[in-house]
Amino acid sequence: MDDAELLESLLGGDESAFSELVRRYHPTLLKVARYYVGSAASAEDVAQDTWIAVLKGVERFQGRSSFKTWLLRICANRARTSGVKEHRSIPVDPNESGPTVSAHRFDQGGFWSEPPVPFTDAVETRLDNSALVDAVRHAIDTLGEPQQAVVTLRDVEGLSTQEVATLLGLSEANVRVILHRGRARVREIVEEAMKGSKI
Amino acid sequence: MKLLPSPLVCRDAVELVSDYLDGTLSRRDRRRLEKHLAQCDACTAYLDQVRATIAASGAVNHEDLPSDVVEGLVNLFRQYRSDN
Repeated sequence: MDDAELLESLLGGDESAFSELVRRYHPTLLKVARYYVGSAASAEDVAQDTWIAVLKGVERFQGRSSFKTWLLRICANRARTSGVKEHRSIPVDPNESGPTVSAHRFDQGGFWSEPPVPFTDAVETRLDNSALVDAVRHAIDTLGEPQQAVVTLRDVEGLSTQEVATLLGLSEANVRVILHRGRARVREIVEEAMKGSKI
Repeated sequence: MKLLPSPLVCRDAVELVSDYLDGTLSRRDRRRLEKHLAQCDACTAYLDQVRATIAASGAVNHEDLPSDVVEGLVNLFRQYRSDN
């Protein structure tokens, strides 16, 4: 069932529709919340409050945006307010400049001395490659902020750069830079994990 | 006279890959990168890795949410329904 169908069922009081939406989006709510607040416990509180706000507001939801966007906006607004109360500032990428691929991989002229190899030779089966998906999920979970929130919203949830920028209070240019660094880091972690074994 | 863009080395090419895949590179940088990729198997493999990483990110789902977390939120739902 897609989100719109689940929402329709939720309006009719269907508990299983609610639990499906929770399964689908709660982890992302936690990540958005964690970007703004200081602890995992605070993030849990924000995510829980978000679901209560959804239950209270679902009848007024007009469908002008997607359910996902609406849900994430509620969460971001609440998390931002909690973050301000905690006197927490928006995380800044500590490695915002500098190369994304380790300098030792290149020779003095800037060409690869230790070139990358494709993760898999079978391009057409890549999307079914659960080992790669697991490795990527694990790599994203180890990213620091703001990379984790940006990569999750842009590449896992498929939001536009503009939507990510709005949710996280960043400029689009900043989102692009953080995304570039986050993707490069995920690639690096996966490459390290996969060394010696084609997946 | 039109200036020819300077050729890229691999160390600089990898920094353009994310924007290239998102279609947000300037036309000039896109041409420089494509020219480089046409001659460089290693950077093509790098591009391939990043593309595979993004595709795999889109396939990540969250089926592993602990059942007690789901149960806790469903209880919240029941509570809300009984109060309203």
